[in-house]
Amino acid sequence: MATKDNKKTSDKREVAMKIENISKTFRIPHEKHTSLKSAALNAFEKKTYEEFVALKDVSFEVKKGEFFGIIGRNGSGKSTLLKILAGIYMPGKGKVDIKGKLSPFLELGVGFNPELTGRENIFLGGAVLGLSKKEIEGNFDKIVAFSELEEFVDMKFKNFSSGMQVRLAFALSIFAHADILLMDEVLAVGDSNFQTKCMDEFSRYKKEGKTVVLVSHSMDSIEKHCDRVLYLEKGKIKGVGNAIKMVNIYNMDNVSYQEGKEEVEGSGNKNAKIMVDKKATIEKAEFLDKDLKNRKIFITGDKMTIRVHYKVNNSIKLPVFGIAIYKDMEQIVYGTGNERRGVVFKSIDPGRGYVDFIFEQMPLLEGSYQVSVAIGSKAGLIEKQDRKYPLKFNNGKIRDYGALSLTPKVKLSVKNTLTK
Amino acid sequence: MIKNKIYANLIRELAITDFKLKYKGSFFGYLWSLVKPLLLFLVLYTVFTKIFKLGNSIPDYPVYLLLGITLWGFFAETTNLCMNSIVGRGDLIRKVYFPKLILPVSSSISSLITLVLNLFVVFGFALYTHVPLTINLLLLPLVILEFYVLVLGVSFFLASLFVRFRDVGHIWDVLLQALFYATPIIYPLTLVPNRLLKIIMLNPVAQIIQDFRRIVISPKIESSVSVNGIVLGLFPYVFTVVVFIVGYFIFQKMAVKFAEEV
Repeated sequence: MATKDNKKTSDKREVAMKIENISKTFRIPHEKHTSLKSAALNAFEKKTYEEFVALKDVSFEVKKGEFFGIIGRNGSGKSTLLKILAGIYMPGKGKVDIKGKLSPFLELGVGFNPELTGRENIFLGGAVLGLSKKEIEGNFDKIVAFSELEEFVDMKFKNFSSGMQVRLAFALSIFAHADILLMDEVLAVGDSNFQTKCMDEFSRYKKEGKTVVLVSHSMDSIEKHCDRVLYLEKGKIKGVGNAIKMVNIYNMDNVSYQEGKEEVEGSGNKNAKIMVDKKATIEKAEFLDKDLKNRKIFITGDKMTIRVHYKVNNSIKLPVFGIAIYKDMEQIVYGTGNERRGVVFKSIDPGRGYVDFIFEQMPLLEGSYQVSVAIGSKAGLIEKQDRKYPLKFNNGKIRDYGALSLTPKVKLSVKNTLTK
Repeated sequence: MIKNKIYANLIRELAITDFKLKYKGSFFGYLWSLVKPLLLFLVLYTVFTKIFKLGNSIPDYPVYLLLGITLWGFFAETTNLCMNSIVGRGDLIRKVYFPKLILPVSSSISSLITLVLNLFVVFGFALYTHVPLTINLLLLPLVILEFYVLVLGVSFFLASLFVRFRDVGHIWDVLLQALFYATPIIYPLTLVPNRLLKIIMLNPVAQIIQDFRRIVISPKIESSVSVNGIVLGLFPYVFTVVVFIVGYFIFQKMAVKFAEEV
């Protein structure tokens, strides 16, 4: 999927950033030698430390003018990656190639000093952002106006409300003239009014063709702003591609992560999803239309086949294939399995194959659906891919709403008429 | 070019901030950096002319002493400030990229300005005590430059070590105490036994303070060359340059990891 998207964007746009195979390992000593004595005493001992691999073989490209998101759970290496891009950390291995002026800051208000006044902080913070004195002086009034702090500019920064502090920081950052902006969770702060302002600024960046790399936990803002997204998991790239798709994968992973946790907690559960030696796996599921063409979007009433591709490692007796359809990630619409449908497979020998669930007229109404698929045997569940396959339905001519097209007939019967 | 201009602005803003914060909240503000060496001078002057009668043996002892205290104050204060400059701005280092050299340099600049202002006070004091100021004063910038190079070299070394080993702070405290007495600040060199004198004058701080005195007070005052001869006498100058170069390279080598270690 990632490669496909890469091809799509490998248009004439220049590359703004090229990241090749960067890795970063942190050494965490068991006992940190922050004193000379212990360093001297331990100089000849074998140093014991744990290596923490923050990033491993990460490669990607960001095109000029692109809004590029980086997502991943806590500790997945997002911030480390951003710091390497900014030049704050040195990559252990690999190459970072950046074309254009990079904003050197990751957060708003870096370098501000609470003891100084707003005015003094504009000059200090501006210098930290790489502005010259002339530029700060030239834009001073604009910065103050944008942050709406005209009356308070000579007040000490520490006496500013947090909203005022953020406004000033953001106003200043706007004037940091960079071609590539790196931002770590900047949108998480401020009231909605201020966030609207941020959005406007973002649209302006887009118009001006600036490149923005945004790290965020807010999937809404990632989906809203980013063209492409890099999804990191434990320091490795899980995927690069279309923002909505990546966010979808991320959300689904989080659901299954939580489910996995619950299952582990209820130990001895025979539904335990992770089995060490899997007897069988689901390779993928596909949605086929009446011509057996792979599709993601259907119209209510279309013929649809859900094809589940399996790979069996050890023969399974009485295998069970199940599917479930969810609407909007939460509401289950329908679920079934071959046994429930009265179809029994005696056994499957090692090898690959697929099982079809054929719906002559799929009655799903307009909306987003996700399909779970599972394979199991008498002994229990072998693998379940929870809500992994997204699917869309359009209504066509139908004007009903909800999940299912239940074509009721509507009849009017008049019992009597009241006449005066 | 543009980059250098931007970094020059950052150095200046950081130095201004340091300067402002140093005296923030105190009533006399900047005056303190003038008054402090003067008060110390009064104490030492009283002790060494009234009690120990040490100062009576050399001419112009008040200027001799005040100059020594002022210069030593610069050395001690600046190295301490710079040592903390990386650790003290850890927050900045972790969030923005900029050449780390900027931090010790900006920390030292406000002290350098204070030193120059203080020197004018010393000149005033010299005129007041009838020490004639001569054309030799034009040489002063050269000695100030050497002093600044030495201070920066030592600071680079201390600042980068301090990131990893916090003991360096305590060790430097003790070393400064020892160095204070090993340097001819309060006592005249004429009272030092000859063999010890030769060792004392190998110290670049001693050489620098003596050179200052030769320029401000009288060319008859001992210099490192007059004590140790032309070859060993040049050692402090060479040592200063070596300290600067070694300090610079150690700093640059360790700077790459400051963001992770600080």
